[in-house]
Amino acid sequence: MLAFDEMNGAPDDQTSPEVRDGYTAVKRWLDDAPPGLLKARREQAELLFRRIGITFAVYGDAEAEERLIPFDIIPRIITQKEWAGLERGLVQRARALNAFLADIYGPRECIRAGIVPADLILRNPQFCLEMVNQRPPHGVYVHVAGIDLVRTGPDDFYVLEDNCRTPSGVSYMLENREVMMRLFPDLFSSHRVAPVETYTDALLTTLRSVAPQRASADPTVVLMTPGLHNSAFYEHSFLADKLGIELVEGRDLFVQDEVVFMRTTEGAKRVDVIYRRIDDDFIDPLVFRPDSMLGVPGLMSAYCAGNVTLANAPGAGAADDKAIYSYMPEIVRFFTGEAPILKNVPSWRCREPEALAHVLDRLPELVVKEVNGSGGYGMLVGPTSSKAEIETFRHRLKASPETFIAQPTLALSTCPTFVESGVAPRHVDLRPFVLSGADEVRIIPGGLTRVALKEGSLVVNSSQGGGTKDTWVLDV
Amino acid sequence: MRVHVDYVTRYEYDTPARLIQQVLRMTPRPYDGQHVRDWRVEIDGDGRLRAGEDALGNVVHMLSLAGPVRRLMARVIGEVDTSDTGGMVHGAIERFPPAVFLRETDLTRCDAALHAFAAEVAAKGGSKLDQLHALLGALNEQVAFDTSPTTSTTTAAEAFAMKRGVCQDLSHIFIGAARVMGMPARYVSGHLARSDGEIDQEAGHAWCETYVEDLGWVGFDAANGVCPTDAYVRVAIGLDYLGAAPVRGSRYGGGGEQLDVKLRVTPAGQ
Repeated sequence: MLAFDEMNGAPDDQTSPEVRDGYTAVKRWLDDAPPGLLKARREQAELLFRRIGITFAVYGDAEAEERLIPFDIIPRIITQKEWAGLERGLVQRARALNAFLADIYGPRECIRAGIVPADLILRNPQFCLEMVNQRPPHGVYVHVAGIDLVRTGPDDFYVLEDNCRTPSGVSYMLENREVMMRLFPDLFSSHRVAPVETYTDALLTTLRSVAPQRASADPTVVLMTPGLHNSAFYEHSFLADKLGIELVEGRDLFVQDEVVFMRTTEGAKRVDVIYRRIDDDFIDPLVFRPDSMLGVPGLMSAYCAGNVTLANAPGAGAADDKAIYSYMPEIVRFFTGEAPILKNVPSWRCREPEALAHVLDRLPELVVKEVNGSGGYGMLVGPTSSKAEIETFRHRLKASPETFIAQPTLALSTCPTFVESGVAPRHVDLRPFVLSGADEVRIIPGGLTRVALKEGSLVVNSSQGGGTKDTWVLDV
Repeated sequence: MRVHVDYVTRYEYDTPARLIQQVLRMTPRPYDGQHVRDWRVEIDGDGRLRAGEDALGNVVHMLSLAGPVRRLMARVIGEVDTSDTGGMVHGAIERFPPAVFLRETDLTRCDAALHAFAAEVAAKGGSKLDQLHALLGALNEQVAFDTSPTTSTTTAAEAFAMKRGVCQDLSHIFIGAARVMGMPARYVSGHLARSDGEIDQEAGHAWCETYVEDLGWVGFDAANGVCPTDAYVRVAIGLDYLGAAPVRGSRYGGGGEQLDVKLRVTPAGQ
């Protein structure tokens, strides 16, 4: 598939400059690098990552419980000018997501106004009944959003999905930069790259800003992990360390009289804000899954009493469902009164019979996604799938059309990547992390660039063989 | 009918518990078929009971008891005047549109066999109400009441495969089938004054309610193959057992739990 290249521009456009803004020096570096240098640097990078200990557990991979996510040493560059536009769009998107959640858990005006069908909300398993008419502290639902963007041209950025539950990957953004600065100090001295290490301060400020009103001026913030066996455990411990807060599991907390306490060596300590990296289903066995050993009994009662802040709020996932996604342009318009700055990928809702017929006709060209799927699972990429895979999906679509949406297969932009055969274009996406506090929305320039290392592959998920790159927002 | 309920739950622990938390859904609310004359929830010890309401409008008592706790007793005692509404549930507190009760849950999810069962019932045709009565009849024929093989975590599909279960299992099957037939359905926990004069009971009762266009919510007791009458005391509703369970609890410490339940449901005049 011919795709726009972030360094070299449009494949068929002779008028585009030889090298796009921002990439001049990197292109020169790649051209001038003596043979063997890139390989040596990549090996050094891997060594550094091994030493730091960054790993990622892959579900369904019996061989290795934890492995390194491949890191590519060629940075992905976004100019400051491009970023400014993205940033405005991301702030708008985050505000809309939050307003949407406040509405569906409150007056449900967007249903009455016909913006979103009632069924999609009420029957959505992520729509948390316990959250109805519960205003979270400071009215914030999605404190940390990972909004995945893809690019198809110089000015064409699309939101691919809004991750409003417990988005991960920010530790890679931080570590990729650290490793790059150690490997290529010269590149950093010759480029004005926006810093990313301020993320942890921004996150802590955000979390502290949403402490319950009755908390002290110095609220106690903790990070709650499902534990060692979670695929993102490394990130949880990394972030807790960087933030200077306690990393806790459910068993380290308890609730008494609707107040959450943490067991410490100096006795019980009241907890005000929980940055929880554990799914709704598991946070409180008295309300959600009774067999959950990972949560804290009574946590929801403390939350509903306004004594603790959960970030993100329970039920925030109702906004990132892929069926809801298809309504995001209308949702943005309805709640912000503005035209959406970031584009949505046009989506066919297979629950609508006409859309379904259209999708079934064109299955080999389309991407089909499960409404509740994530991590690149339960997805069909028509152009790269076998006939048998397509037929399997056709059956699934016919059996339960309402659980799928379909989209055109986008030619995701490529970025030069160092692979076995040398430097070659590979498809990338971008996950910026959007922080919403009581006071403001904060976004660290850039985000996590994920790259599909297999030639031609459009699936960038780390669970499916994707890698990552350092992302530079560059003042040129 | 005036129904008197006296429900005592005793817990004892070999090693004391450090902290006990329970969510009790044991207090009925009124609707057209039910007037609550008097109702109390009491516990012994120094525990605190906080009354509140859950998302669906059920009365909830949160019990929090710091240890050491060797024994705990909770007693519910009350009296309700009921009338026979032919299974119709009007005047109850409704916090959500019926569509919420189309959601599938882990306990009510239909597997292929249950889908086939529901399709078979639906194929008989007739009005929605006819289909629900057909479902009630088919369940009564095919699934036997039997307390031995299932537990509180048995799913509808598991119970249906065994063709046996208690009122909870039969209700889950009914709910799962009704939902795939496109009808909102929910779980009801409560009490049943038995017609055979037996007042001492092992456990509370459970049945279902289904939303029928133009009629509203209608009760179906899958375990007995009938619609609820004035012998039923309606206490709590949920998407499944977990949302309406009389007690959901957790404790820290407290090994060797012994549980003793004494439930007496007495129709007035006996």
